[in-house]
Amino acid sequence: MLRKLLIGTALASGLAFAAHAEDVKEVQMLHWWTSGGEAAALNVLKGDLAKEGYAWKDVPVAGGGGDAAMTALKAMVAAGNYPTASQMLGYTVLDYAAAGVMGDLTETAKKEGWDKSVPAALQKFSVYDGKWVAAPVNVHSVNWLWINKAVMDKIGGTEPKTFDDFVALLDKAKAAGVIPLALGGQNWQEATMFDSVVLSTGGPEFYKKAFNDLDDASLKSDTMKKSFDNLAKLVTYVDPNFSGRDWNLATAMVIKGDALVQVMGDWAKGEFHAAKKTPGTDFLCYRFPGTDGSVIYNSDMFGMFNVPDDRKAAQVALATATLSKSFQSAFNVVKGSVPARTDVPDTDFDACGKKGIADLKAANDGGTLFGSLAQGYGAPPAVANAYKDVVSKFVHGQIKTSDEAVTELVKAIDDAK
Amino acid sequence: MSTVATSQIKLTPEQARPRASVRSRLQDALPKIVLAPSFAITIVFVYGFILWTIYLSFTNSKTFPSYVITGSRAYQRLWGWTFDTDPPSSWYTSITNMGIFGFLYIFICLALGLFLAILLDQKIRGEGVLRPIYLYPMALSFIVTGVAWKWFLDPGLGLEQTLHQWGWTSFHFDWIKNKDFVIYTVVIAGVWQASGFIMAMFLAGLRGIDGEIMKAAQIDGATTFQLYRRIVIPLLRPIFLSAFIVLAHLAIKSYDLVVALTSGGPGGSAWLPSNFMYEYTFKRNEMAVGSASAVIMLMTIIAIIVPYLYSELREKPR
Repeated sequence: MLRKLLIGTALASGLAFAAHAEDVKEVQMLHWWTSGGEAAALNVLKGDLAKEGYAWKDVPVAGGGGDAAMTALKAMVAAGNYPTASQMLGYTVLDYAAAGVMGDLTETAKKEGWDKSVPAALQKFSVYDGKWVAAPVNVHSVNWLWINKAVMDKIGGTEPKTFDDFVALLDKAKAAGVIPLALGGQNWQEATMFDSVVLSTGGPEFYKKAFNDLDDASLKSDTMKKSFDNLAKLVTYVDPNFSGRDWNLATAMVIKGDALVQVMGDWAKGEFHAAKKTPGTDFLCYRFPGTDGSVIYNSDMFGMFNVPDDRKAAQVALATATLSKSFQSAFNVVKGSVPARTDVPDTDFDACGKKGIADLKAANDGGTLFGSLAQGYGAPPAVANAYKDVVSKFVHGQIKTSDEAVTELVKAIDDAK
Repeated sequence: MSTVATSQIKLTPEQARPRASVRSRLQDALPKIVLAPSFAITIVFVYGFILWTIYLSFTNSKTFPSYVITGSRAYQRLWGWTFDTDPPSSWYTSITNMGIFGFLYIFICLALGLFLAILLDQKIRGEGVLRPIYLYPMALSFIVTGVAWKWFLDPGLGLEQTLHQWGWTSFHFDWIKNKDFVIYTVVIAGVWQASGFIMAMFLAGLRGIDGEIMKAAQIDGATTFQLYRRIVIPLLRPIFLSAFIVLAHLAIKSYDLVVALTSGGPGGSAWLPSNFMYEYTFKRNEMAVGSASAVIMLMTIIAIIVPYLYSELREKPR
């Protein structure tokens, strides 16, 4: 009897051991979050997974930006050597899903209730053909103004509510001898600002039609022309050296008080935090004038690849941890973005973060949450880059009038479609 | 016993002959065996992928390669962009920049390299110190050169700012921020990097010229200018060929210099075809267009280099 029991236990434990050995307790992750704040934010996730016994392995990528990572990913996937997950943006997820290399997380999604908590606009990119293929990590929104409060007080400015208010505020700054608008003259920064200008000029309906549906009539409408004119007006307020400047240097100009305001996504907040500035006392965050109530977003996602069965458990653990409320809160507090699910409490966030969370919820409920075209969430990369070309050529003078800009925009987008 | 001995005697030469011939055959084949791996690698990774790129340019490949031939739409689009001058299309900007950059870079490097080499060849003191100073920029990567010149040419940081601080406030040099002049800053940085190397090539050539010829010319009353114009420079012809080929391939593959120095320039005005190719293939997911532009780059190089090589390397009737 005792012997039987012993054998039984031995067998059972042996089986359990065998079952355990089958699963690879490791998460292979390709990402380009290497800068200080981003790396710190990611460490939260590493810690969460370590608690569940999963080791974290970065897939090394030479070179900083996302381009190098995407090139590396393409090579890995072509070689059939899938990482557990990869940081991905917008249409890239759908491209890979269409190529049939993404996994299926639908079961986990059902269990965790992602369908209800993740905004529908994001699900357009994380769900392909009815299957969950990616776990959204955060929601960034791009229609923000970042203002140096000391400069604002000095020139006696108040929150601009309309585009004309904004121009008046910039005039005040100019009169006081500060650079009114900090802009980096790289095409994505110019286009990111133009996203906000279009939303402000044409309103939510127009933005959606033009930049999400790519409707020809809207793209060549007078409203679009007016938007280009407004952009031209804003560009008169930048310093002569803006061309080619990196976004974080433009943010630094605002932090130091050399410039009054920057139009940039909420990742700029990370720079303010790194410089030990607090919202409300050192800097102010307002929605781009005339866009309150709408949110132009982009989102970082962890694309989940179709890994062999022995690595699936680690993948599910990663996805679950990524969308857990505690991680969503902890990560986004550090990163400057807002959680990718709308049911995360905002207690740990600063004033700007709280506003961001409330705005996202309102925009999601009201149907005014739109993908940013400049950030690759409005249209596929070919179209998005054609758009950036036109905006940048307009800002730098290769395209001279708004009439010409509109014609070029329609032509470039049609050509890239 | 004796039978065994004879059979052994018989066997030995039969065994020996193939052994010797295996060894000699092996010796004959050794160079081929040693070269085979690199030959195979070149065949596959250079010529194989050239063919693959040509093939891809006729497909509708987007993010990933697709193997269904769909015709020459990629070439038609490039051809259309070639004549899109107002506003300039990215492709038009790239190829005109290639023309400007390629011509100025090669020409100035050759001229400056030759000039410096002639100066250094005047048996001056301290040549051993000067030569490496001119040569060292070549040891830097294009990224380092690009970033250093980016800071130096930036009106808010470098030359202009410094001269303003020194009191010359009317000084104005913002080419790097100007869409019409940014390509010339790429030329400046490129020339700075390569001209020292070209100088070293010419210097080696000058040292190889027979001193007797020079003396003979001087005795015949040739002026220094005539000496160089009629004798030295013609004798340096093979060096011109080598320098031209080195510079031409550096010019055509320039990519990192543009990225590091200008990050594409205002409104993409500093692009070269290699930037165009990378941008379309990897960022815009238009692999077919990217491949087509790569094929056109290759054709351009062949069109320039092959006739030049042919004219320089064919047997000259003497």
